[in-house]
Amino acid sequence: MTWPALLLQTLPQTEDYIRILPELVLSAFGIIIMLLDAVVDEEKNQKTLGGIAFGGTLVALAATWYMAQFPGLAFSNTIKIDSFSVFFDSLVIVIAAVVILSSFEYLAVQRIRASEYFALILFGVVGMTIMSSAVELVLIFIGLEMSSISTYVLAGFRRNDASSGESSLKYFLLGSFATAFFLYGVALMFGATGSTNIDIIGQKLQSAPADVLVFVSMALMFVGLGFKVAAAPFHIWTPDVYEGAPAPVVGFMSTAPKAAAFAVLLRVVFTINAPGRFWFLWVTAALSMTLGNVGALVQSNVKRMLAYSSIAHAGYLLVAFAMISPQNSLTGISAAMFYTAAYAAMNVGAFAVVSHFANAGERYVTLEDYEGLGRSSPLLAAALAMFLLSLIGIPMTGGFFAKFYVFSAAIRANLIWLTLIGVVNSAIGAYYYLRIIVSMYMREPRRAVPVTPVSFGVGSALALSLIATLYLGILPNRVLQVAQHSAQDLLPQQSSSGNSSVAPTPSLAGTPQQ
Amino acid sequence: MSTDALSPYIVSLVTFAPLGGAVLLTLLPRRDRDIRVIAFLVSLITFGLSIHLPVYFRRGLPGFQFEVDKQWIASPNIHYHMAVDGISMWLVVLTTFLTPLCVLISWKSVHDRVKEFFILLLVLETALIGVFTSLDLFLFYFFWEATLIPMALLIGVFGHERKVYAAVKFFMYTMIASVFMLAAILWLYAHTGSFDFIVIRDQIARGAVANFPAAAQWLFLGFFLAFAVKVPLFPFHTWLPDAHVEAPTAGSVLLAGVLLKMGTYGMLRFNLGLFPEQARRNAPWIMTLALIGIIYGALVAMVQPNMKKLIAYSSVSHLGFVVLGIFSFTVSGLNGAMFVMLAHGISTGGLFMLAGILHERRHTYEIAEFGGLASITPVYAASYLFIVLASVGLPLLNGFVGEFLVLNGAFQARPIYGILGATGVIWSACYLLWMFQRVFYGKVTNPVNNSMRDMLGFEKAAVWPCAVAALVMGVAPILWLAAIDPAVQGALIPLAQVVSKVVIQ
Repeated sequence: MTWPALLLQTLPQTEDYIRILPELVLSAFGIIIMLLDAVVDEEKNQKTLGGIAFGGTLVALAATWYMAQFPGLAFSNTIKIDSFSVFFDSLVIVIAAVVILSSFEYLAVQRIRASEYFALILFGVVGMTIMSSAVELVLIFIGLEMSSISTYVLAGFRRNDASSGESSLKYFLLGSFATAFFLYGVALMFGATGSTNIDIIGQKLQSAPADVLVFVSMALMFVGLGFKVAAAPFHIWTPDVYEGAPAPVVGFMSTAPKAAAFAVLLRVVFTINAPGRFWFLWVTAALSMTLGNVGALVQSNVKRMLAYSSIAHAGYLLVAFAMISPQNSLTGISAAMFYTAAYAAMNVGAFAVVSHFANAGERYVTLEDYEGLGRSSPLLAAALAMFLLSLIGIPMTGGFFAKFYVFSAAIRANLIWLTLIGVVNSAIGAYYYLRIIVSMYMREPRRAVPVTPVSFGVGSALALSLIATLYLGILPNRVLQVAQHSAQDLLPQQSSSGNSSVAPTPSLAGTPQQ
Repeated sequence: MSTDALSPYIVSLVTFAPLGGAVLLTLLPRRDRDIRVIAFLVSLITFGLSIHLPVYFRRGLPGFQFEVDKQWIASPNIHYHMAVDGISMWLVVLTTFLTPLCVLISWKSVHDRVKEFFILLLVLETALIGVFTSLDLFLFYFFWEATLIPMALLIGVFGHERKVYAAVKFFMYTMIASVFMLAAILWLYAHTGSFDFIVIRDQIARGAVANFPAAAQWLFLGFFLAFAVKVPLFPFHTWLPDAHVEAPTAGSVLLAGVLLKMGTYGMLRFNLGLFPEQARRNAPWIMTLALIGIIYGALVAMVQPNMKKLIAYSSVSHLGFVVLGIFSFTVSGLNGAMFVMLAHGISTGGLFMLAGILHERRHTYEIAEFGGLASITPVYAASYLFIVLASVGLPLLNGFVGEFLVLNGAFQARPIYGILGATGVIWSACYLLWMFQRVFYGKVTNPVNNSMRDMLGFEKAAVWPCAVAALVMGVAPILWLAAIDPAVQGALIPLAQVVSKVVIQ
C-alpha cells in the first residue's frame, strides 16, 4: 500500500465528523455567542444571545437525530455512536434547551448581565455529549472536565452573593479532587489491562481473571463518578452547592451532568462488566437512598431539600446498577435510562418553579415562603405540585413509572432487601415533598411574598417539563422501547470483536412504534 | 340500538366519566354555581352509566363481566384490563351512588375554592372506581395510590382545625403500608411475567410459580398490610379518627363509604384469591384482630364526646365484621361481608352527612352542645333516627342482613367467634342510640339551638336517598345477593381446594 492511501485511511472520514456533529454544532454556537458577546451591548442583547443558544440546542438536537443514522465508531475507536449515546445526547441537549428557556427571566430578575452564561451551558453540554458517546476512558475524562468546569463557573454566577461563591469554590475544589480520583483509576486500569478503551478492557477482563489492580481502579473511577452523580458517601458537597448556586443552574447541574455521569457509569459498569461491583453498588444505593431522604426530612430551605432529594434519587437509580446476569443487566440498564429521563423532566421542572419564585436575590426559597402559593399563584403551584408528586412517585407521573421499573428490575434480580429499602425510602421521602405541598395549599401565608407573572420562557419550560413528566407516566411505552433497545447496544455481545458496532444497529428515528 | 351495545365500553366509561368531568371543570371559569351544577350533573351521569352494570349483569355467573383487556405497555407486560364481577360491581355502584350525594351535601358548606373541591371530588371518584374495576395488578396499584392525593388534599385543604396533621398522617400511613404491596406485586411479576390477576391466580393455583411456597407468606403479608391499614384493622386504625374528624363532610362520606372498602375488597380479591393457603393459615390471628376491632371500636365509640369521632370508631367496629366474615371462609360469611360493606357505605355515609348538617349550623361536633333537638328540628331528627336504626342493624333495614350473615358464617367457622362478634351488635345499639338520645331527646339544654333550622331541600335530597337505599336493601337483599353469591362461591373454590388437598394428604 502506498503511503498516501495509508494516510487517507488513518485520516478521519466524513462519517467520523457526522458522529460528533452535535458537539461541533454546540461548540460553534458557543463560540458565536462568545464572539458576539464581545462586540455587542450586553445589556440590550442578552435575550438575543440566549435565543442563539436556544437555537443552538435545537440544531444540535436535529444533528443528534441525523447522527443517529450513522451508528458506529469514530476517531480511532474513541467515539461510539449507538442508540445508547443518542439517547443520552438527546436527553442532555433537551435539558439544556429547557434550562436556557427558564433562564432568561431569571437572569433579568437577578440583574446578571453575562451572556457567557449561555455559552457555558453549551460548552458544558459538549462535554456531556462527549461523555455519553466516548468509549475511551481518556476522552471520557476530557468530557468530564469540560462539563465540570462549565458547571463550576455557572455555580458562581450570583456574584454579589457570598453563598454562590462558596458554592462555586466548594464544587470546584471537591470536584477537581473527584476527577483526579477518576483519572487515577483510568491510569491504573491502563496499567492492569494495557488499554483505556472500554470495549478492549471488557474483552481483556472477560478472558483473564482480574487482578487486584482492576478492583482498585474500578473503585477509584467509581469515587469520581459517584461524586458527579452525588451518590452517598460522596454526596456531602451537594446541599451546600445546590443552596448557593443560581436556581436554574441547579436545575441544570442536578440533571444534565448527572445523566452524563450515569451514562459513563453504565458503560463502565456494564461494558467492562466490572468485577466485584455488586456489594459496592448495593451499599452505595442503600446509603444514598437513606441518607438523602433522612437528610431532606429536616430541611426548611427548598433548594437544600431538593438537593437531598437528588441524592436519594441517585440512590434509586443505582439500584438498577446492581445487576449481574446479562438478562437482568438488560432490564437494569433500561430502567436506569428511563429513570434518568423521568428524573430530568421532573427535577428541571421543579427548579424552574423554584427559580421563578425565588425572585430577586433568591430571597424566597424557604418552606415558609411557599405558604399560600396555591391561592396566590394557582398554576405555578399546581405545576410544582405535579413535579413533587412525580418525585414522590405517584401514579400518572414519570417518577412513578421510573421507580416502578427500577424496583421491578431489582426484584427480578432477586434483590429483595434492596427493593424493600427502596420502597420504604420512597414512602418516607413522600413526607418532605408533601411538606412543600402542604405549605402551598394548606397553610395561610404569614407574610406577603410577591409572585411575578410567569414569562413566556419560564412558561414554556414548565409546560415542556410537565408534558414530559406526564407523558412518561401515562405512555411510557415508546421511551421504554428506546431504552431497552439501547441497553442491548450497550451490553457486549458474546461473540463481539473490537468492531462490534458494525453490526446493524437500527437508528433511534427508525424505531417502530410497537 | 340497544343499550347493551355499550357493554364492552361501559366499565371504562364509568371509570373515566368523572375524570372527564374534572377536566371540564378545570376549563370553566370560577363561577361557583355553574361548577356545582356541572359537578352534580357529571356525578349523576356517572351514576346513570353505572346502573348499566347491574341491569345487564348476568346473574348466576361467577366470573368477570364487561371485560376489556388491551395491552398498555409492552414491556413490562402491563395491560389495561378492567372488568367487574358480583363483588366489585356493587362497590362501583356504591361509589357512584354516594358521589352525587357528596356533591349535594357540599353545595353550601364548601364556599371557598369551590372549583378545586369539586375537581378533587371527581378525580377521587375515578380513582375509587378504578380500584374496583382493574384486574391488572399494576393498574390496581396505580388507582390505589391515585386515591391518596385527592383524599389527602380534600382533608388538608377543606378540613377543620387540625387538618394538616390529619392529612399528612393519613397520607403517610397508607403510603408506607402500600409500598409493601408494591414489593409483593413486583415479586409476582418477576416470577410469573404478568401483572394480570387472572393469569397470576391460575399460575399460583397450578403451582407453576417458582419459589412460591417460600415467599407466599411474605407476599400475603405484603398485600395484607396495605389492606389492613386501609380497612382499618385494629391496631392500624389510629389514622382514621383524625382523618374523619378533620375531613369535610363529603370527604368523610367517601372515606368511610368507599375508601375503607378498598381494604376489605382487596382482602377478598387478592388475599383470598391469590393466597388461599396462606389466608387459611393466617385466619386465626386475623379474625382475632377483627374481633378486637369490633369490640374495642365499639367501646371507644361509646365514650366519644365528639359525634364524628363516634361515627369514625363505629366504622372500625363495623369493618371488623367485614374482616370477620371474609376470613370465616363460609359462603354465608362472605356474602355477609359484602353486604355489610355496602350497607355500611350507605348508612355511615348517611350518618356523616347528618353530622355535617349539624356542623354546618353550629360549627361543632360536640355531643354535649346539643340536646332536645327533636322538638326543634323534627325532620332532621326523624331522618337521623332512620339512619341510626339502619346502622344499628334493625331487621328490615340494611345493617341487619349483613351482620346476620357474617355472624352466621362466623358461627360455622368457630362458635366463639360468632358469640364474641354478636356482642358487637349490642354495642353498636348502645353507642348509637345513646348518642341519639343525648342529642335529640330531653329538654333543649343549649339555648343557641333554639333557632336551629331544620333540613333544607338539598340536604334532604342528599340524605333521603340513603334512607331509601337502606330500606330497599333491608327488605329485598336478594337483589344484591343474587349477583354477590355466585362471585363469592367462585372466590371460595380455591379455598375449598386447599382444604381438600390437606384432607388428601
